[in-house]
Amino acid sequence: MSEVLCARGLCKSYGEVQALIDVSFQASAGELVAIVGPNGAGKTTLLSILAGTQRPTSGSVNLDAKLVGWAPQQPALYSKLSVAENLELFARLERVTDPGAAVARMLEQTGLQRRREEQVGRLSGGNRQRVNVAIGLISDPPVLALDEPTAALDPAQRERMWGFICRRSQAGTTVVFSTHNLGEVQRHATRTLVLSQGRLLFDGTPAQLRDSDAGDGSGDLERALLRLLERDEAARAQEAAGA
Amino acid sequence: MRWLLRKDFLILRRSRLLVALLIVYPVAISLLIGFAISRSPARPRVAIVDETPAGETLKVGSQRVEVRAYANELFSQVQAVRTATRAQAEAKVKSGEVLAAVIIPPNIASRLSSDVTQASLQVLYDGEALQQSLVRSTIDAALAQANLGFSEQIQHAAAKAIEALLRGGNVGILGAPQELVGLDRIPTILHAIVARQPPGHDRTELERIEAFAGFAAQNLSLSRDVFTTVGQPIRVDSTLLRGRRTPLDRFAVVVAVTVSLMFVCVLLAAGGLAAEREERALARLLRQLVSREALLAEKALLAAGCSLVVALAMLAGIGTLVTLDFSRLALWVLALAFGALAFGALGVAIGALAREVRAASLLAFLLSLPLALLALVPAGSVSSSFYDAISTVSFVFPFKAALQALDTAVNSGSPSLLTSLAHLVALTVAFGLLAGVGLRRAE
Repeated sequence: MSEVLCARGLCKSYGEVQALIDVSFQASAGELVAIVGPNGAGKTTLLSILAGTQRPTSGSVNLDAKLVGWAPQQPALYSKLSVAENLELFARLERVTDPGAAVARMLEQTGLQRRREEQVGRLSGGNRQRVNVAIGLISDPPVLALDEPTAALDPAQRERMWGFICRRSQAGTTVVFSTHNLGEVQRHATRTLVLSQGRLLFDGTPAQLRDSDAGDGSGDLERALLRLLERDEAARAQEAAGA
Repeated sequence: MRWLLRKDFLILRRSRLLVALLIVYPVAISLLIGFAISRSPARPRVAIVDETPAGETLKVGSQRVEVRAYANELFSQVQAVRTATRAQAEAKVKSGEVLAAVIIPPNIASRLSSDVTQASLQVLYDGEALQQSLVRSTIDAALAQANLGFSEQIQHAAAKAIEALLRGGNVGILGAPQELVGLDRIPTILHAIVARQPPGHDRTELERIEAFAGFAAQNLSLSRDVFTTVGQPIRVDSTLLRGRRTPLDRFAVVVAVTVSLMFVCVLLAAGGLAAEREERALARLLRQLVSREALLAEKALLAAGCSLVVALAMLAGIGTLVTLDFSRLALWVLALAFGALAFGALGVAIGALAREVRAASLLAFLLSLPLALLALVPAGSVSSSFYDAISTVSFVFPFKAALQALDTAVNSGSPSLLTSLAHLVALTVAFGLLAGVGLRRAE
């Protein structure tokens, strides 16, 4: 598969705090890349840099941020505007050639045609998140960055959301998403990046993570992830003691 | 920017309560300020207990002035509530029916006639410190006016008495001799008599009396003018050094419209920008869809446009009640537009600093209202150092400059329109830059 996204040596500092330390990875067309790690690991920072809402302190991304669709964790929508008006506004701002057609396409793909005139503020959390992701896709970007797209959704809403994301992935869009839900990673991701304290600890398929020497042979992805993080923690402590 | 403007108009159209509050509240506040400035205080409601006997007069030479004339003077200065007794007056003051009570004692005539004691009135009032201060100053002013009117009547009576002494004739007082010789004729009569007298002691004495009579007649004549001078020692002749005289009601219109312009514009600009962040759309917009400068300009322009419409509507509405020169409409629009842009820039600077709409609105309100009030403090009403501090604060915020620009546009006030407009442009740029920095830090 052709390489679409390539991040090289990404570092990001907020004063004394290093949020990302030399993170590099690549992703191909149609890949579903999951970023996992504890809170504060740098997942949102990495996605924000890919989306162009933050600049890295050093390092680079091969793609112009305009080519990366972005859906933040909290829906970034105008609650007083209808679903269609929100989509149309961002289609216009993204300078989409045919905004009407793009809106119709996204409404069809999200299954929100019947809700098109409804104000976003009156939608359920799941539907709002679908509109949020749809706005990220309105300009049909080759890469989509999703920050915890299913957080706060109930199982049925999560299922609908994943159906939508997977269809985009099958159509060739590279999806990079962050999550705390390892079940979703196991079911949907083709690649997993494990971040801890700004460092990339693992880059491989979910199966590779599960079966790595971090795993305990039980086939439990969550246990494997926890062991990986514990080992990293211990190594850092040893490093600090040695220093 | 066109699509952002369209989006914001759609949101405003769907936020009817917000828009209504945004217009009604500042307009109500500004009209209150305008009325407070333009209306002189209403005549205070005062209970008056007149204990003087009916028909009692004060004798001034051969003339008599009715003591009740004083009460009449007082009645003309206040909303008089005639009250029979002191107890009733006290009750009215305590119940708040009247602001104060004035008691004219029965011995006022004898005291006025006395050379050793001054006549006095008693004033009763109630209330907390602020009200006491207001009542005292109001009653003092009313009594001063009444005193002045009464002293004019006494002065008039005294002048008539002097006239009778100087001119002679029939003075009209019971028991007075008929055809009295006036003091101003005595020197001439004496001079003729002295001329017929042989030299000697009698002639010398008569010549001394003639000299005294001449001197007395001259000085008594002068004393009439002295009365006028004593009644009103200093006449005020005022000259305006800068600008033109602006009628207070027209200045109040300018204040009311500028306050409305400021509130609508600052609240809308600050709230509009903060709303982008509250809806979490700011980061999405600024990721290469819209530049910071374009976003700030859009918010400031939207707020300026809306507030300009409100302000012009207010001017047109008030113009039906107060005489305004509509031929100067182009200047009004110019002054309002520049003022609105400066307020818009201030608003986006506030919006960039605040994280949410409520905080932005509160900050905008807390900042705007005191600034407007400070800008209205007249020179000389506070110490010079405090006034300098107020002037400095007023200079770095757009209210005073916008007020001066609109005053010039509406009333041809001072300073020149160009100076005020240049000041507003400088403030627009300064607050625009501040908003840019604030927005950059907020990301």
